[in-house]
Amino acid sequence: MIGWLKKLYYPIQAGHYRLEKHSIGLTIGIICAAMIGGFVEIAPLFTIDETVEDAPDMRLYTPLEQAGRDIYVREGCYACHSQMIRTLADEVDRYGPYSLAVESKYDHPMLWGSKRTGPDLARLGGKYSDDWHVAHLIDPRAVVPESVMPHYAFLADAPLDTASLPARLTALRRVGVPYSDAMIANADRDAAGQAQPDSDGADGVFDRYGDATQVRRFDGKAGRVTEMDALVAYLQILGKLTDAAHQMETAGMTPETEAAQ
Amino acid sequence: MITRFTIAERQASLVLLLLMTLAGLAMAAAGAGDAMGVHGFIVLFASLGLIFVVGGALYDPAPTEDRSRAYYDDPIKVGIVLAMIWAVIAMGVGDWVAWMLAFPDLRFDGAWSGFGRMRPVHTTGIIFGFGGNALIATSFHVMQRTCRARLAGQIAPWFVILGYNLFVVMAVTGYMMGVTQSKEYAEAEWYADIWLVIVWVVYFVLYLRTLARRNEPHIYVANWYYMAFILVVAVLHIVNNLAVPASFTAAKSYSLFSGVQDAMTQWWYGHNAVAFFLTSGFLGMLYYYLPKRANRPIYSYRLSILSFWGITFFYIWVGSHHLHYTALPHWVQTLGMTFSVMLLVPSWASAGNALMTLNGAWHKVRDDATLRFMFVAAVFYGLSTFEGSFLAIRPVNSLSHYTDWTVAHVHAGAMGWVALITFGAIYAAVPMIWRRETMYSWKMVEWHFWLALAGTLIYVFAMWNSGIVQGLMWRTYTEGGTLRYSFLDTMIAMHPYYIARGIGGLLFLAGAVIGFINIWMTIRAVGSDSKVLDVPTESEAGEPAVPVAE
Ligand code: HEC
Ligand code: HEM
Ligand code: HEM
Repeated sequence: MIGWLKKLYYPIQAGHYRLEKHSIGLTIGIICAAMIGGFVEIAPLFTIDETVEDAPDMRLYTPLEQAGRDIYVREGCYACHSQMIRTLADEVDRYGPYSLAVESKYDHPMLWGSKRTGPDLARLGGKYSDDWHVAHLIDPRAVVPESVMPHYAFLADAPLDTASLPARLTALRRVGVPYSDAMIANADRDAAGQAQPDSDGADGVFDRYGDATQVRRFDGKAGRVTEMDALVAYLQILGKLTDAAHQMETAGMTPETEAAQ
Repeated sequence: MITRFTIAERQASLVLLLLMTLAGLAMAAAGAGDAMGVHGFIVLFASLGLIFVVGGALYDPAPTEDRSRAYYDDPIKVGIVLAMIWAVIAMGVGDWVAWMLAFPDLRFDGAWSGFGRMRPVHTTGIIFGFGGNALIATSFHVMQRTCRARLAGQIAPWFVILGYNLFVVMAVTGYMMGVTQSKEYAEAEWYADIWLVIVWVVYFVLYLRTLARRNEPHIYVANWYYMAFILVVAVLHIVNNLAVPASFTAAKSYSLFSGVQDAMTQWWYGHNAVAFFLTSGFLGMLYYYLPKRANRPIYSYRLSILSFWGITFFYIWVGSHHLHYTALPHWVQTLGMTFSVMLLVPSWASAGNALMTLNGAWHKVRDDATLRFMFVAAVFYGLSTFEGSFLAIRPVNSLSHYTDWTVAHVHAGAMGWVALITFGAIYAAVPMIWRRETMYSWKMVEWHFWLALAGTLIYVFAMWNSGIVQGLMWRTYTEGGTLRYSFLDTMIAMHPYYIARGIGGLLFLAGAVIGFINIWMTIRAVGSDSKVLDVPTESEAGEPAVPVAE
């Protein structure tokens, strides 16, 4: 066996000895060797239909929620919080039905995370009241004394930059999120409207994003729209863009979760 | 340093810097009110500063000697000093964020100092600031010596070093202002990313042009690794950073990919940042400085070939082990796991090759802390790759993922392997480059070694404990079939380990500070008349570039 391998190996080594004299040869060799794996694993994810489930009820982020998502990214919440419930029994018991690919279909970029210093947030929407979130973000240790989460009190006073939202939604449309022209044109008004239920803007939000959209004063204050409004609106929609994960669970169609040993 | 430029080269640099100034001005004007504007001012002031440096020496006498008769070490010197400065900054931030996880109010009031914004400052500062500068500087050193040729170009090496640091500065200051793409290790926004592509292309061309000048028929192993590092990082960087900016006058952009495809692309990038940044490049360092310092030839040429191509081919497949049990299709997870286990073979081939090279020089390892740095680094390389292959097995990963076990693995690799091999290489290189017999103080090297080793061990053991404890607590059920521990219970259990980690980090940081002082004192002690130790030669008549077997 060893002898046979040796026979195979010597010509390779001789060839390699020659290759080492050519920088371009090495360059090409490295590129070829290093590209195969990535291509085989990534390209099919775009072409195989089963990769992402169908969810006809999947809705888009409203401009206010998208603005909140951008704040979530800006503040690095993903450094401590995952948004990906794995197919493990204890995770499903702790956080809810495991995450489906379709649920992050419109997430540019995805925020699955890699470290749970704090709990998973994939199914956070509706778990707490707006007031709880506002109080928790302003001073986490006032709500949960042992928490190590940073405070985000400044969000409550920071006016939300709504002017850039049409441009943001346009960019998102370019990368594949199906926002309509009307959604883009009204993005700034819709953002304000969603946080001001008694304003004229609120009706437009229902028209464009559906009657189930949550329209209220997320930060609990009338008047201007703050970054707190946006972030809480985003936190309250987490896991609620589609009902697909819950349907799968009740239909018992789940590829069984794996019990931890 | 400018005196080594011809007058024409000085003028060319001035033109380049003027263009940079204009670009900075344009960015500052267009991005006013946005973080991009601040970055414009950084570019502007950095370029203006350099214009004064170059302009002030514009009419100094031009060099008369034949420059190709000497190695070009000035950019390397700057690179090494910058690497040490970043080491101290980024380890300082690392320890600070470590303490923040134990005592969350240990911070300033401003939003910039929150954990979420400071953590990437640590990771980018340490990987790209410290690691990247060390890689670029040592690659310049290694390629010249192993090719017996001077760097091709006078301005290009400066462009690479300084341009690269401009990228890291933009990245790190950006996070503090809330500019981030949120992709781990690729957080910098689109304009910084584009700038890095330009720098990187110049870097690779410089590498190829220097190789073309070589006075040695064969390209030495270390250079293969550096080449793989430069090439593959370029591809990874470009693909993972594909994004559409919301506006060309502001920093925010949206990733081209979404959801599951984005996750796979990100971890294809992420793990190969580990492979081609944190492993390949540093193996290049190891393959030069370790045999050089031990004065022994590399143990096996065959193992070098095997491990090089094994690492280059296998690593690319393993990214999906970051996504076990997620919404990523099962077949991709399985591929990732399989290749991760196979990857152990070339990884241990490299570690074994390094350790066997030391066989017969153990007395040197005992007496010389510089060599000991490299020896321990090779051991940690073996340990962390073993741990990595183990963690990539799905059921193991179900426990470790999301916990501090990952952080323990990261730092066994990052502190034990990456940082220690870098310190070893720097301690070996500094006397060669500044033309001194030895470092300023060997005792300080000893101190640094023991502090670094103690710091690493404390850090890694603390995080192993906390990770495994937390992972087990998360999945413990009561008799009645309900989860026994709340998330909060597990957090409280972490607290003592986080304090231990903070202390370990402090020791490691103290070592780095001592190293910085030692290097600084070595540089200060250099007289202007110190003798040139080595020059490019046509043949091996003098000393061979690397110790060779009989
Ligand atoms: C240092 C890491 C850290 C960062 C950064 C962080 N968090 Fe947290 N978060 C925690 C921890 C720890 C907890 C659990 C204790 C608590 O409830 O405060 C938590 C809890 C939460 C909860 C309650 C979850 C639940 O199910 O009970 C929410 C909501 C939350 N964080 C949102 C955020 C948001 C939004 C951000 C960014 C603006 C953020 N966190 C940033 C660590 C962090
Ligand atoms: C002084 C020594 C160091 C200290 C105290 C330290 C501390 C930390 C802390 C607290 C974190 C965050 C962990 C978390 O989120 O729970 C972290 C992450 C990280 N550090 Fe360090 N670090 C040190 C040295 C290094 C070095 C030398 C490197 C690399 C060369 C490095 C690379 C990283 C990386 C890659 C991460 C991200 C890990 C992940 O996402 O899982 N660190 N470090
Ligand atoms: C055979 C080699 C290796 C294999 C198979 C391997 C495997 C793994 C696995 C399975 C994870 C955990 C992923 C997760 O659960 O999220 C991981 C994380 C990580 N490893 Fe390794 N590892 C290897 C070598 C190394 C080395 C040498 C380093 C050097 C620094 C390193 C740095 C990292 C980093 C930085 C992460 C954290 C990524 C993140 O979550 O941010 N690995 N590795």
